Amino acid sequence: MTSTSVRRHKATGLLVLLAALVVTGIGYTAVTTTAEAAPTAASQTQVDAGRQLFLQGCATCHGLAAQGTGSGPGLIGVGAAAVDFQVSTGRMPLAAPAVQAPRKPPSYTAEQVSALAAYVASLGAGPAIPSASDVSTTDANLAEGGELFRTNCQQCHNYSGAGGALSDGRYAPSLMRATPTEIYEAMITGPQNMPNFTDATLPKAQKQAIIKYIAHLQQAAAPGGLALGSYGPVTEGVVIWVAGIGALLLASVWIGAKVR
Amino acid sequence: MSDTHGKDVSTIDAHSDAPLYPLPPHHHRLTDTDPRAARRAERQVAAMFALSALCIIAFVVGYVAIPTTSFIDLGPIGVLQTSNLVLGATFGLAILLIGLGAIQWAKKLMADEEIVDERHPVGSPIEDQEAAAELFATGVAESGFVERKIIRRTLIAALALFPVPLIVFLKDMGPLPGTSLRTTIWQKNSRIVVDVTGQKLRPEDLAIGTLVSASPEDLDRVQEEAGTQNARAKASIILVRMRPDEIKSQQGDGWDVQGILAFSKICTHVGCPIALYQQRQHALLCPCHQSTFDLSDSGKVIFGPAARRMPQLPITVDSEGYLVAQSDFQEPVGPSFWERG
Repeated sequence: MTSTSVRRHKATGLLVLLAALVVTGIGYTAVTTTAEAAPTAASQTQVDAGRQLFLQGCATCHGLAAQGTGSGPGLIGVGAAAVDFQVSTGRMPLAAPAVQAPRKPPSYTAEQVSALAAYVASLGAGPAIPSASDVSTTDANLAEGGELFRTNCQQCHNYSGAGGALSDGRYAPSLMRATPTEIYEAMITGPQNMPNFTDATLPKAQKQAIIKYIAHLQQAAAPGGLALGSYGPVTEGVVIWVAGIGALLLASVWIGAKVR
Repeated sequence: MSDTHGKDVSTIDAHSDAPLYPLPPHHHRLTDTDPRAARRAERQVAAMFALSALCIIAFVVGYVAIPTTSFIDLGPIGVLQTSNLVLGATFGLAILLIGLGAIQWAKKLMADEEIVDERHPVGSPIEDQEAAAELFATGVAESGFVERKIIRRTLIAALALFPVPLIVFLKDMGPLPGTSLRTTIWQKNSRIVVDVTGQKLRPEDLAIGTLVSASPEDLDRVQEEAGTQNARAKASIILVRMRPDEIKSQQGDGWDVQGILAFSKICTHVGCPIALYQQRQHALLCPCHQSTFDLSDSGKVIFGPAARRMPQLPITVDSEGYLVAQSDFQEPVGPSFWERG
């Protein structure tokens, strides 16, 4: 009895924490992007379909009117971009309470995601899903993107975009599978623990340059073969200490062995 | 003492016929007894040297023939540049084969005799020691070092002063840092601009949860004049924005602008630049040693080896509405130092 109640306590704590995180994050996005908020004109049928999906799949945590509950943040004013990012990457709906929602196969089809996004966007102004021209990198400067990436992204996502650890089990995810739209949405909405990068501090052209650089990282071949996760000295050190020094030891044994 | 020591050793070790520690009987190698085995070993060594030469030829051919755009899939090792693979493998094998051949040669074919080389007593024979002492005494007498006081004293003075230049050169390690460890180029009304792009900032440019790496507007000019990166190393900051009611405490009253806080970007532990900002916890995490600072609570250390809080830069807006510093940092940025106390 005691043990179950203790366990329930822990789970509640996590849920509350998560809810608080999501609420603040989404609150931020709401505040950040009121200026640029231009909810795309969505048909009423799409909004209605989205509302149905929302009531079935999201309302348990986010509330019947998306006002937020103890288990999930309010979604009024988070905008379509936040919904598109969280749901299309499978981060939402959450499989289990955790400090961070991991990327997983999406639970909704693209059509359902747009319906959900249209519904949430209809609740209050927020950042819209970036258009194809927003994320186009045709005119973007790759070298500038590299410099901006190293100034703004590299500290958490690793110089190679492989991601990295943060505190208490949180982590910056790998960017290897992120699409240009997802990267753009993440920058304007600041999902989970990521800070946001407003268009005022990081204009659209600079975001496009960063996207171009990340695409370059995703396609970059590793001329040396096994990249060992591109994590740098830790994995490379393990390999050289075990395999490299092991080979040297075997060679020394052979050199010193007596010949019959 | 050395006398008896030397005698003892010479009588027991060097000059006796029976060794103190007899060696085990020597077994000859197969290559010493069987000429066919010797020829086989000879062929092995020669083959290794010849292969090494072939590898070098392959290296040159590979360098010329393989385009750097060519990639090869090696399954578990991954896809890698063919030219890297061929150049590395041939050059590595070439030097490895020379080494393996040399060792095989030494182990199997070079003379296989066990030789005892006894140690000699360490001290010189007593006659030599006496002769040396006599020679020294003669030298002292003939030079007149004792009688000619003026030469002796001037020589001692000259030798005593000789190391002085070495000490004088130590001055080049200065000048002492003075106040430079306690100050940065931030001053009253220094504009805050985005790092790299140099864009000026207004409070409304930052949303709740925004992170900006920033620097003073005149950083580039100062660095160009100084010819060093020292100014950047100390003046780099980050700006974060949170809801004003989330700010538990600040290092000074009114140091924020509508929830926008400016903190040094330099870790107070060993000076790594930090911008790993977890916006929900308002936690700034240093990737080097995991020091974590709570920016909503005066930048205090909540985890890790850092001993001092993250210094906060007091900011305000100027008459044109841009973010500026109220003053320089009020405490030294970066790692602790000796004179700081």
